Amino acid sequence: MLKIKNLHAGVESKKILKGINLEVKPGEVHAIMGPNGSGKSTLASVIAGKEDFEVTRGSIVFEGEELDELAPEERAHKGIFLSFQYPVEIPGVSVTNFMKTSINETRKAQGQKEMPANQMLKLIREKSQLLEIDRKFLSRSLNEGFSGGEKKRNEIFQMAMLEPKLAILDETDSGLDIDALRVVANGVNKLRSESNAFVVITHYQRLLDYIVPDFVHVIHDGKIVKSGTKELALELEEKGYDWIKQEAVL
Amino acid sequence: MDLKEKLLASFMAFENQLDLEHPVHDIRSEAIKNFEQLGFPHRKLEAWKYTSLASLQKTDFTLFPKEDNSLEYREVKPYFLHEIDTYKIVFIDGIYSSYLSETTHDGVDICLMSAALTKPMYKPIIDVYFNKIAKAEDSLTSLNTAFTREGAYIYIPKNKAPRKPVEILHLSTGSEAALMLQPRNLIIAEDNAELQVIERHQSLSSNAVLTNAVTEIFAGKNAQVDYYKVQNDREGASLIDNTYIDQKDSSQVSVHTFSFGGKLTRNNLNFFQDGSGINSVLKGVTILGEKQHVDHHTLVHHQQPHCESHQDYKGIFGQQSTGVFNGKIIVDKIAQKTNAFQQNNNLLISDKANVNTKPQLEIFADDVRCSHGCTIGQLDQEALFYLRSRGIPQKEASALMMYAFANNVLESVRIPELKARINKLIAKKLGVNVGFAL
Repeated sequence: MLKIKNLHAGVESKKILKGINLEVKPGEVHAIMGPNGSGKSTLASVIAGKEDFEVTRGSIVFEGEELDELAPEERAHKGIFLSFQYPVEIPGVSVTNFMKTSINETRKAQGQKEMPANQMLKLIREKSQLLEIDRKFLSRSLNEGFSGGEKKRNEIFQMAMLEPKLAILDETDSGLDIDALRVVANGVNKLRSESNAFVVITHYQRLLDYIVPDFVHVIHDGKIVKSGTKELALELEEKGYDWIKQEAVL
Repeated sequence: MDLKEKLLASFMAFENQLDLEHPVHDIRSEAIKNFEQLGFPHRKLEAWKYTSLASLQKTDFTLFPKEDNSLEYREVKPYFLHEIDTYKIVFIDGIYSSYLSETTHDGVDICLMSAALTKPMYKPIIDVYFNKIAKAEDSLTSLNTAFTREGAYIYIPKNKAPRKPVEILHLSTGSEAALMLQPRNLIIAEDNAELQVIERHQSLSSNAVLTNAVTEIFAGKNAQVDYYKVQNDREGASLIDNTYIDQKDSSQVSVHTFSFGGKLTRNNLNFFQDGSGINSVLKGVTILGEKQHVDHHTLVHHQQPHCESHQDYKGIFGQQSTGVFNGKIIVDKIAQKTNAFQQNNNLLISDKANVNTKPQLEIFADDVRCSHGCTIGQLDQEALFYLRSRGIPQKEASALMMYAFANNVLESVRIPELKARINKLIAKKLGVNVGFAL
């Protein structure tokens, strides 16, 4: 599904990603861990097409197609979703209307007709129940005045609505208390299937107790320095990142 | 002959058509002297630094148009808020059109300035209110006063409210190559009265029109007046709007100014709080393109304690358009516990667009809350990326954000059909197809 080869990217003269290699197949969940500033969030933004970052070498291929020339919205239309670490507040646009616009623009790009209103309402009802979101919440301005937990829950709600092929969750666990974490993880788990895949970026092992990954990768200084199974996450939790850093130097 | 000379030369002939015995004659004579002395404002004056009237003064405007222009309702229907029933005071090239109007004297007076200035029954009201708050030291206000003849006259006595909103519509047909209009409105809402007014200046051709309007609004104790200015005129139209509002105890007056069109628009909006417990609301949405220019000069003078004022102006400037916001708040020494809020946010969506914004606070009381904020910026790139990452294309995402930005101001519009209209106008202006109300 996703093949990243020798990816180098950065901002202006600053190199952040220095040769990332990663392959994600349908049905898999990959966790990407690493210390602060290692390049985890940059990798997520680059896959989603954020124009602040320049890809200097390497390639990202999604379902056989090179992503480099595609705008963020085109990547979204192909089924890539990024759950933001810091979701942006958009005053004046309600969650519901945002979702309607998002879904219908995606359908338009895929050559489909707009979703009928009753079907849309049904979908919104179903997915908001999954994420335990109150109806009133949906008529509020997008992310405006939302608590950290509400923002993250809203991100996963959007993901549930859009049903992407590849979802990248960028530190979705940060700022969540244990109950909210359970709700969010439960939402993700219910959406897991043989045909979609998840890349879960996190600093802590905690989230991986709830969203169990097939693979764990550790990024340090813009490179994946270690890959393994879920046991690697537990090892990191126990030993901290210094161990990886030292190993990387060797 | 430039415009000033032409105006001065025409004054005598103008006055001779009118009743020289009426007290308003003295007011006119005084006003023309003021104008003669002051002349047109020029860019060396701080208040006119960014707005030039030079090219307008070189235009050969017709001052007194022919009287025989008529229009069918279907030709002008789109300019009315035709979705609902309203009283209508309609002028065609400055001349009252009884055919298109719907006035009333049923408990309230919704009629004409020309009648109010000439009929003896209105004299007591004219004596008390006419030209009492319009500033003589403002040359364009004086110019309008000198040529006062026609406009809307609305008088709502104590405890009354008209059954429906009032529309004041000034139409110009383009029968003259260039036409100057000087409507004069007097609006009085006595104690506990209520009133809603929608005002529009609309040119029906691309010929030049210069409107120099003066409106005086008096709100008695506990009165509530909502005034909506729809400025979406064509490319040849320029408007100088001078509005003066006097508020008594516990009255509430709101003025919404929607500036989407015209060549040059200058809004001088002045609030005088003459009592306590007053609330004044000034809101504006400006969306411009091409070489359009809009200049908002607001003044809120807090003269008594325990009053509030809320100003919120949003502007979106594209292409080579230019905008000005100058918001002056004066809080007198006696006006303790004043709560004055002012905000002006602007988005520049073109490299060639230009905005000048300036808050001007003169506070002489020590126990007040005054806040102000002016911003000029571009669309938030982070927010744009967020919307795009959800599949909303760049153009639509930008339009959606601008729409949401401007739409905020509409919350306080109390006529739902007008709100829907403005909503659509904003969407159209921004080229966004919005299938829902945000």
